[in-house]
Amino acid sequence: MDEQYDVVVMGTGLTECILSGLLSIEGKKVLHMDRNDYYGGESASLNLTQLFKKFRDGEAPAATLGKDRDYNVDLIPKFMMANGELVKILTHTDVTRYLEFKQIAGSYVYRDGLIAKVPSTEMEAVRSPLMGLFEKRRAKKFFEYVQNYKADDPSTHQGMDINITPMDNIYKHFGLEAGTIDFIGHALALHLEDSYLNRPAKETFDRITLYMSSMARWGKSPYLYPLYGLGELPQGFARLSAIYGGTYMLDKKVDEIVYENGKVVGVRSGDEIAKCSQVICDPSYAPEKVHTTDRVIRAICLLKGPIPNTDNVDSFQLIIPQNQVKRKNDIYIAGVSASHNVCEKNHYLAIVSTVVETANPQEEIQPGLALLGPIVDKFVQVVDISEPIKDGKDDQVFISKSYDATSHFETVCDDVKDLYKRITGNDLVLKQRQTQEEEQKEMADH
Amino acid sequence: MSSSRQAPNQQQQPAGKLFQFKLVLLGESAVGKSSLVLRFVKDQFDDYRESTIGAAFLTQTICLDDATTVKFEIWDTAGQERYKSLAPMYYRNANCAVVVYDITQSSSLDKAKSWVKELQRQADPNIVIALAGNKSDLSARRVVETESPAVPRGSEQDWIDAKPYADEAGLLFFETSAKTATNVNELFTSIDKTISSQEQQ
Repeated sequence: MDEQYDVVVMGTGLTECILSGLLSIEGKKVLHMDRNDYYGGESASLNLTQLFKKFRDGEAPAATLGKDRDYNVDLIPKFMMANGELVKILTHTDVTRYLEFKQIAGSYVYRDGLIAKVPSTEMEAVRSPLMGLFEKRRAKKFFEYVQNYKADDPSTHQGMDINITPMDNIYKHFGLEAGTIDFIGHALALHLEDSYLNRPAKETFDRITLYMSSMARWGKSPYLYPLYGLGELPQGFARLSAIYGGTYMLDKKVDEIVYENGKVVGVRSGDEIAKCSQVICDPSYAPEKVHTTDRVIRAICLLKGPIPNTDNVDSFQLIIPQNQVKRKNDIYIAGVSASHNVCEKNHYLAIVSTVVETANPQEEIQPGLALLGPIVDKFVQVVDISEPIKDGKDDQVFISKSYDATSHFETVCDDVKDLYKRITGNDLVLKQRQTQEEEQKEMADH
Repeated sequence: MSSSRQAPNQQQQPAGKLFQFKLVLLGESAVGKSSLVLRFVKDQFDDYRESTIGAAFLTQTICLDDATTVKFEIWDTAGQERYKSLAPMYYRNANCAVVVYDITQSSSLDKAKSWVKELQRQADPNIVIALAGNKSDLSARRVVETESPAVPRGSEQDWIDAKPYADEAGLLFFETSAKTATNVNELFTSIDKTISSQEQQ
């Protein structure tokens, strides 16, 4: 490790691994380390041994849980939007060649004590109990407006400019009911709380469009999920990095980031120093350079069967909008099962999560836990959501943000792009990497 | 939607059964993992081959007989084995593994044995594992034997026998040379036959 590198990356979370892969492709000499003996950091999927070590060190998993290697338990509840940025990064870098994906089978929303399916087709929308007949007509007009709105064509604007007009005004313009607004803002635009109502509508329009276009891609739900758990994503990008010369060291203690004249010059582990001119790391490797913005509680629950009232689907997202349970932030439930190769046969894994608002976060997720049916076992953690205090341009230490409470990877991709720009000075332009067939054909031609 | 299992090229596909297998390579650095693949896929050898850079995986199609074609998707470690940092993704859904050691380095056989253990722990229970003693062209510097010789060897050398170990662990076994091409095709064909017969059962 006593060598000169361009970049030392610490932590093998998804953000770090994507950057590691992108920089290696560009010919940068990358050393990538992790203090854990597994890939993924906070975005890892753990087997039983690793899960128990993390949550209940010293306790062995019960034999009734089954085989260690049948488990890939996600630590964060996130899905991939089918038309989102992560899918674009995966296809452009051709990391998809290492992965297999499955659709998340359904998207649900909690309303007035019942679980309702978020309509995925026009037929479902017409039959949905979420809105009355007249409200359905008003909502239809609203969605047509969103769909037809063109920034450069004032005739589609109906006198409103979405770059200025707050979202609340647009809802009012179409006369939508509070329940419908809740549904659109939280179940479709995936806002976690209601502050968006007073912000310009464009943000929410973009989110609705992303949801709709993702839904249109495969049907059923807008979400995709990698078989064997989310931890496959960082592993895939780490492999990409390694293929382009990146060096990987797991189970490597990092003692110190070394500076000279305020700029990073290396990373020390024991008496070895990896020299470098830039460092990329997750917040846990530079705790003095980050501050906490939120706290999130996540309860990983192992279940024996599908959760009640979700049509026995093998995977789902269920949103409990904040208004329904008199909170500021939504409660999310993300569910996957043995059919995604994340747990033993007939088992389900559900993560109940929300942004912490009180001194008793366990109590806050009760409404979510109550919908799950019998819980075999539960692993709860409250984590700090941190972000860097400075942009890293002075000391050349670039710190990623923690994985936030959103249910997808869009903010992770924003962070990747933002970091990339700060690190290289350039905007991230994804170039299509050669596919396997092209690669081999080129080799054969030589 | 599965993107890692690419559809086989129809034009190259003769009538009959087509199997697609994921094959992973394991072994200490510099035992010749990539060279074996290069010999198998492109029938080439490069004396001064640097550590693996830039190839994600290679594919090679073999016609076992008129009715059976096998497409290997061969995964190289990309150097991730060096600091115990091979991802579980690497073993996932692997149908077969070639664990390579260097017949001139006794430590590389120890390492190979620990990879076999790792595979038995992490990989699919039905995985077919082949042990390959590479660099058989360097037999003058050999320190790993295949069989215990009839005549006892001198005590000056710390001899190890690979074949009895392979038999006991239920592994296919070949001594290979990527340089001279000795036994390289035989190695892969034998893996082929073993898995295809498994699949047909």
